[in-house]
Amino acid sequence: MVKRWLIGIVAVLLLLLAAGFWLNLRDEDPLSETAAFQPSAEQVQRGQYLARAGSCASCHTARGGAAYAGGLGIQTPFGAVYTSNLTPDDGTGLGRWSPDHFWRALHNGRSRDGRLLYPAFPYPNYTRITREDSDAIYAYLRSLPPVAQANREHGLSFPFNTQLALGAWRALFFTPKRNAVEPSRSAEWNRGAYLVEGLGHCNACHSARNVFGATTSGLDLSGGLIPIQNWYAPSLSAPDEAGLAAWSIEDITALLSTGRSPHAAVMGPMAEVVYRSTQYLTPADAQAMAGFLKALPPTPATPVKKDNRAASWVLALGEKIYGQHCTQCHGDAGQGAPGAYPALAGNRAVTMALPANTIRIVMNGGFLPATAGNPRPFGMPPFAYLLTNAEVAAVTTYVRQSWGNHADAVAEVDVVRYR
Amino acid sequence: MKRLLLAGAGACVAAAAAAPAQAAPHAVPDTLAQRVAACTVCHGKEGRATAEGYFPRIAGKPAGYLYNQLVNFREGRRTYPPMVNLVDFMSDAYLHEIAAYFSALDLPYAPPQTRLEPGEAAGRGEALVLRGDAARGIPACAACHGAALTGVAPATPGLVGLPRDYLNGQLGAWKNRQRRAAAPDCMAQIAAKLTPDDISAATHWLSAQVVPADAHPAAAGSTGPSPLACGSVPQ
Repeated sequence: MVKRWLIGIVAVLLLLLAAGFWLNLRDEDPLSETAAFQPSAEQVQRGQYLARAGSCASCHTARGGAAYAGGLGIQTPFGAVYTSNLTPDDGTGLGRWSPDHFWRALHNGRSRDGRLLYPAFPYPNYTRITREDSDAIYAYLRSLPPVAQANREHGLSFPFNTQLALGAWRALFFTPKRNAVEPSRSAEWNRGAYLVEGLGHCNACHSARNVFGATTSGLDLSGGLIPIQNWYAPSLSAPDEAGLAAWSIEDITALLSTGRSPHAAVMGPMAEVVYRSTQYLTPADAQAMAGFLKALPPTPATPVKKDNRAASWVLALGEKIYGQHCTQCHGDAGQGAPGAYPALAGNRAVTMALPANTIRIVMNGGFLPATAGNPRPFGMPPFAYLLTNAEVAAVTTYVRQSWGNHADAVAEVDVVRYR
Repeated sequence: MKRLLLAGAGACVAAAAAAPAQAAPHAVPDTLAQRVAACTVCHGKEGRATAEGYFPRIAGKPAGYLYNQLVNFREGRRTYPPMVNLVDFMSDAYLHEIAAYFSALDLPYAPPQTRLEPGEAAGRGEALVLRGDAARGIPACAACHGAALTGVAPATPGLVGLPRDYLNGQLGAWKNRQRRAAAPDCMAQIAAKLTPDDISAATHWLSAQVVPADAHPAAAGSTGPSPLACGSVPQ
């Protein structure tokens, strides 16, 4: 009797293991170890363009380090994942990788030696990249000067540091996907979808992750708090966040290409995306992305509390601080200075339900990215050393509840959490 | 017509009361000074620092020095988080422009923050700064930073007119490898040889000096050959 039980349990475990293996190795192409590859100059150039569209260097370059030599720590709730060396160094980089190895990394999330890769490398998005584009990026990376820099071991905690856990994660949350053309949509829309869902991996930030750190669908762009960084990547479909349905294609394109538009500008992680990636998109690709994002099905706005008006002493304190530190640039009625400082009245970055970004901007300040289209940006000072948490809460509350803004108040505890 | 005008005026007032966001347009000067106004919250009006506090004066420092520091923050050789955050997505061209702007500001200096008490161990700080300590291989500060300690063009900063806390912070950071410069990092080599007492004596003496009437950096090459090779300074 006991024996039969045991056989049953072992059989189930073996079945699960087999299913896990099968799920992890789905859709793999036959692989050649040899690197017989003669890239054309156009292919290398195309690869550079695509690598920028995919923001590869943002993660695969450490601060002050050689380009594409890796070593940057991506902090996740499970520990730090260190990016790898993508230069063609034989010992430490992609020197011994074949185009097939590279394709398998992008499409299936497995390394040259067969190891499963961590999804901090956004292969759940890159799986959509075409083989042609994969080969072009490979050709470009092969053209870089080799840098001998050994990869750093990840700082993940148990059990997340095991291949078994990663295999289980992949079995649950990762499906290789070929780039599928939606025939009912225009070529431009399809191009936009490819850039947004694939190369651009927008949902890696702009959607919420579950407790296992997985995003849902590549087309869910309904916003998410970026773990550890505490910046909120706003919803690109909700009208009260960064939904783009009401914007013109020109304005969306301007934001992606220059970092600013008549309605909004980019700071924080999106400033990096524009600085290192989207400013280099061709006008046609930027427009395709813009068109796709504008056409996203709208999602509902987050309701604000009724009677959310803050206490009068908080608003009075906020008004006083605003007058001392903010009026000079943003105007006495939050109207902003066109071309220089954004209006705060009616500014969705200010009135979004989650106040994380406003708090971070007040605390840390920042400049818009210095792009070709906006080479001499204006800046915002960091106030972390001038204002207390309570003062930051008061001034952000004042801004969120003045000049027609009706957002919820910001508590001191929010400032502590998001600063 | 008069009635129409009055009605119009009334509508304006009502609109202003209901939504003051429609207030008078606000404009700022389209200048570099306005663009970098963010810097002055910490570095003082026009970058001339404040009489007390930690943040260093940037007005009038050699342009090459300021540019190198902005790049050092961006590239991780200096790590002060607010500065790193501000220069993260800045181009070399814009950083050059910002450095040149603050460097060209010719503004008076505040009186020194600290005073040397009579008979205090001034001798040691003064000796280190002006003559160094040959026995321990420590060159004089003045050998590179200029006889008047107001810096040397194009990339060596002045050491007078700075808060003592800032000077202590920088030398400590160099010792701990928290502040670095382009290789060869001459200041790292010097700081490694300084004891905390050396640093204290030197910064006390430096921060007590009255900035000379001519506070400009000395001309390039006026200090003679550098005792150490410095990656930040064109040799």
